[in-house]
Amino acid sequence: MKALKTLMASAAVLMATQATADVKVGMITTLSGGGAGLGIDVRDGFMLATQMAGRDDLEVVIEDDQRKPDIAVQLADKMIQSEDVDILTGIIWSNLAMAVVPSATAQGKFYLSPNAGPSALAGRGCHENYFNVAWQNDNLHEAAGAYANSAEYANSFILAPNYPAGQDALTGYKRMYEGELAGEIYTQLGQTDYAAEIAQIRASGADSVYFFLPGGMGIAFLKQYAASGVDLPVVGPAFSFDQGILQAVGDAALGVVNTSQWNKDIDNAANAAFVEAFQAEYGRLPSLYASQGYDTANLIISAMNVADVDDQDAFRAALEAADFASVRGDFEFGSNHHPIQDIYVREVIKEGDVYTNRIIGTGLENHADAYAADCSLN
Amino acid sequence: MIKETDLNTAIWLLFLGVPLAAWQMGEIYTITLATKICVLALAGVGLNIALGLGGMVSLGHAAFFGIGGYAMGILASHAQSYAPIMETPFLIEGTKSMPVIWVLAIIMSGIAALAIGALSLRTNGAYFIMITLAFGQMIYFFAISWPAYGGEDGLSIYVRNDFPGLNTLVPIQFFALCFAILTAVIFLSSRLEHSRFGMALQATRQNETRTQAVGLTPYKIRLIAFVISGMICGLAGAVSADLNRFVSPTMLSWHTSGEIMIFVILGGTGRLFAPLVGAAIYIMLEHFLGGVSDYWQIFLGLLLLMVVLFAPGGVIGLLTKREAAHD
Amino acid sequence: MPLALFAEQVLNGLQFGVMLFLMSAGLTLVFGVMGLINLAHGSLYMIGGFICAAVAAFTGSFLLGLGAALAGAAAAGVLVETLVIRRLYARDHLDQVLATFALILIFSEGTRWVFGSFPLFLDVPDLLSGPVSLPLGIQYPAYRLMIIVVGLLVALGLYLLITRTRLGIRIRAGESDREMIAALGVDIAWLYTIVFALGAALAGLAGALVGAIQSVQIGMGEPVLILAFVVIVIGGIGSVKGALIGAILVGMTDTLGRFLLPQFFATFMENTSATTIGSSLASMLIYILMAGVLIFKPQGLFGGAS
Repeated sequence: MKALKTLMASAAVLMATQATADVKVGMITTLSGGGAGLGIDVRDGFMLATQMAGRDDLEVVIEDDQRKPDIAVQLADKMIQSEDVDILTGIIWSNLAMAVVPSATAQGKFYLSPNAGPSALAGRGCHENYFNVAWQNDNLHEAAGAYANSAEYANSFILAPNYPAGQDALTGYKRMYEGELAGEIYTQLGQTDYAAEIAQIRASGADSVYFFLPGGMGIAFLKQYAASGVDLPVVGPAFSFDQGILQAVGDAALGVVNTSQWNKDIDNAANAAFVEAFQAEYGRLPSLYASQGYDTANLIISAMNVADVDDQDAFRAALEAADFASVRGDFEFGSNHHPIQDIYVREVIKEGDVYTNRIIGTGLENHADAYAADCSLN
Repeated sequence: MIKETDLNTAIWLLFLGVPLAAWQMGEIYTITLATKICVLALAGVGLNIALGLGGMVSLGHAAFFGIGGYAMGILASHAQSYAPIMETPFLIEGTKSMPVIWVLAIIMSGIAALAIGALSLRTNGAYFIMITLAFGQMIYFFAISWPAYGGEDGLSIYVRNDFPGLNTLVPIQFFALCFAILTAVIFLSSRLEHSRFGMALQATRQNETRTQAVGLTPYKIRLIAFVISGMICGLAGAVSADLNRFVSPTMLSWHTSGEIMIFVILGGTGRLFAPLVGAAIYIMLEHFLGGVSDYWQIFLGLLLLMVVLFAPGGVIGLLTKREAAHD
Repeated sequence: MPLALFAEQVLNGLQFGVMLFLMSAGLTLVFGVMGLINLAHGSLYMIGGFICAAVAAFTGSFLLGLGAALAGAAAAGVLVETLVIRRLYARDHLDQVLATFALILIFSEGTRWVFGSFPLFLDVPDLLSGPVSLPLGIQYPAYRLMIIVVGLLVALGLYLLITRTRLGIRIRAGESDREMIAALGVDIAWLYTIVFALGAALAGLAGALVGAIQSVQIGMGEPVLILAFVVIVIGGIGSVKGALIGAILVGMTDTLGRFLLPQFFATFMENTSATTIGSSLASMLIYILMAGVLIFKPQGLFGGAS
């Protein structure tokens, strides 16, 4: 069935190539500085999909936001005012998305988010031209809460950095989790030493730990946790276990359970083709972020096949249909243009010398986000 | 060589001319870049009063820039959501009027500068640099972790605020507004430099003991200058927030302080038009080098290094061949 | 609150403080002897971490990595000192700040260019992985105990170096009168290079030691750099003793603040907002400490009049 869908999609590519006008995509992403790894993955995944589709009517302009909101806003202005792009995409961080998305959509451009999903844009701040192709920020944390119930954890210790995405993370976990809390800590953003927190975990009498510490913070936490001798089970979202940073954590991550909407072993033709092509093209395993970039590009291409981007209503309807072969398998948009998708539970394993993940179960099936009801789009 | 006043006139005309030409040719983004340069130069003019005239090397001016930005963000976000800021003991509502926002931004950043300055100016030299840096970080961490106004996500304002008689959403009109403010502040700063207060301030930089001997209190003079400097940075922050329609803690980070300082030094510390020239060079480099390589910051760093090592008077100093009066 | 937990947190504070000392010792020495403010000190810390990770991955030995980190950071220090820094001694602080800010840009992006954008792997050696048992039933990571020991040994070593050796005499002479020791025939350029390399090596050591329990990534030096500034301002710029005491004070304040403040607020308010407010205040605590010290002692705890 899925193979058929792919086949039909590629047939549609052939038929529709000449039919529609050129589409210009502006990609604003982080390519320099500390968080560059994520942006590079999104870009590479996106460009891979456009190459594989072989479309010459899709033009992509890429700019580096340096992870600075003011630069991102400026680049968006530039792309809208002088490059005259039709679609914007690429932003990694929620705070940058909050800076760019509302004004871009207000100026009549489409924005497709390949990574950030702040709750403000999913609920009251939703917009007909804003589509999230990754997840709403709470999703992976909700799945972790659901997993904790199924693993019969009854006394979790939870921690996250003290900033909006961290507060969303703990809220998401608590939304699904039914047990007691042994403790709840907000750490400093960018904190790299967790000795004090680990000591509190040890003393708390918890039976499990849930943490959301993206980037270097998570690497530091996992290594220090492994060395501390505390052996409670740890659960986290995929961000601390993606292909890019897992190699830096090493053995400390082995066996840790984490939640993700994608993994390289999801069994479908689109995913197999993606993983193989990505490795061939870039010589490394694809990450979660690369898969999101890849899906974003394929979503755009699927809409280009059936609608002209200058006819905004038709193009929007085509995006809403989400008629593309997602590497995640089934994928559709909810009424607020956020994904309804399965969120899997993964475990960190070692394949040869490379640390990676395998799926061990499904955390939440056909999961939508909690904010859709606040959104006025229907 | 070129006289500095002639050069300043030329720079001023150039900055008026390029965006107007871009407007005629429909190059909207050039106008946006020019507006950004104006706004950042405005912050530089503020820092230059502390740095160039008073010799106070502050690495914490992002605090005032950010406070100005947040004054705009908070007022406008309340106006946007029609929720008053405070109901008891008396009603305070948000506003979308630029002049009101500016006044409040100036007052708030002035108060912050007074508090930080009063403590920091008890120290001098390297202590002063580091204590201003640390105060800046303190406010930065506060802004990140305080959830009420968006924390690290910052605040988005969907529509630019209003100025009587202008449509601020039209790039050339907003540019004209920013350029007018910049020109006015540069003019005031030049008056300040040649006023009795300005003379006294420069005297405290050149020889503190002698200043005391003639009966002036260096601490008080420096503090006043520091507050004026912080107020201008606050105004710049509010205008910058309107340019981006967005505020976030990034405005408060020490990298922002470093960048504002770079504008001043690149142009030539203590010179009237230095911040404008410095900001222009920096923004253009960022714009053009960014397209050339992912590692463009290496070249930016090398260039800065060259300026410090071989052109101590900055670009204006290079053009006028007169060593700046900084010591 | 259990005593063991409190004791463990005190150990954590001490370990954090000792790590900060390794950073601040170099910074304060360089300032004391050459009068130089070096913002790029954090880059040397980062270089230490990256070299250690690369060498440890290549040879499989953490100890070799540590040695390479020391040597590599010292070499980077010598290179930077002879090419750039020595032209800045006669300049004002403003030029120093700008030039070393430029060095940060060059080092950060240069490291990214060489090592890529992803964090590197560096783990503690097997010998020191896992916890050891201490009195009161405390389980404490062996590696962290080792950091405390190394840090205190470095402090002792620096003390002996400065008070007992010829180099130390010159360093002290350099601190009190730069022109005079040059007039006495001491090769001042050489002395400056050595002091700068020593500071760089200490930063590299700290980066390598800490890299093994945190993460080796671009920009890892900047948060530590700012804390190191706070430390030397509290301790008195130029004073190694001040750096040690300031570092431990900052380490303790930060660790115990993060631990105790949320609990304190939880005694009289609802749990979630207590955690948020407590954490917000904890993140500002060391800056409040610094402001407090400077109100009473504008030259820091052990700073002479400069």
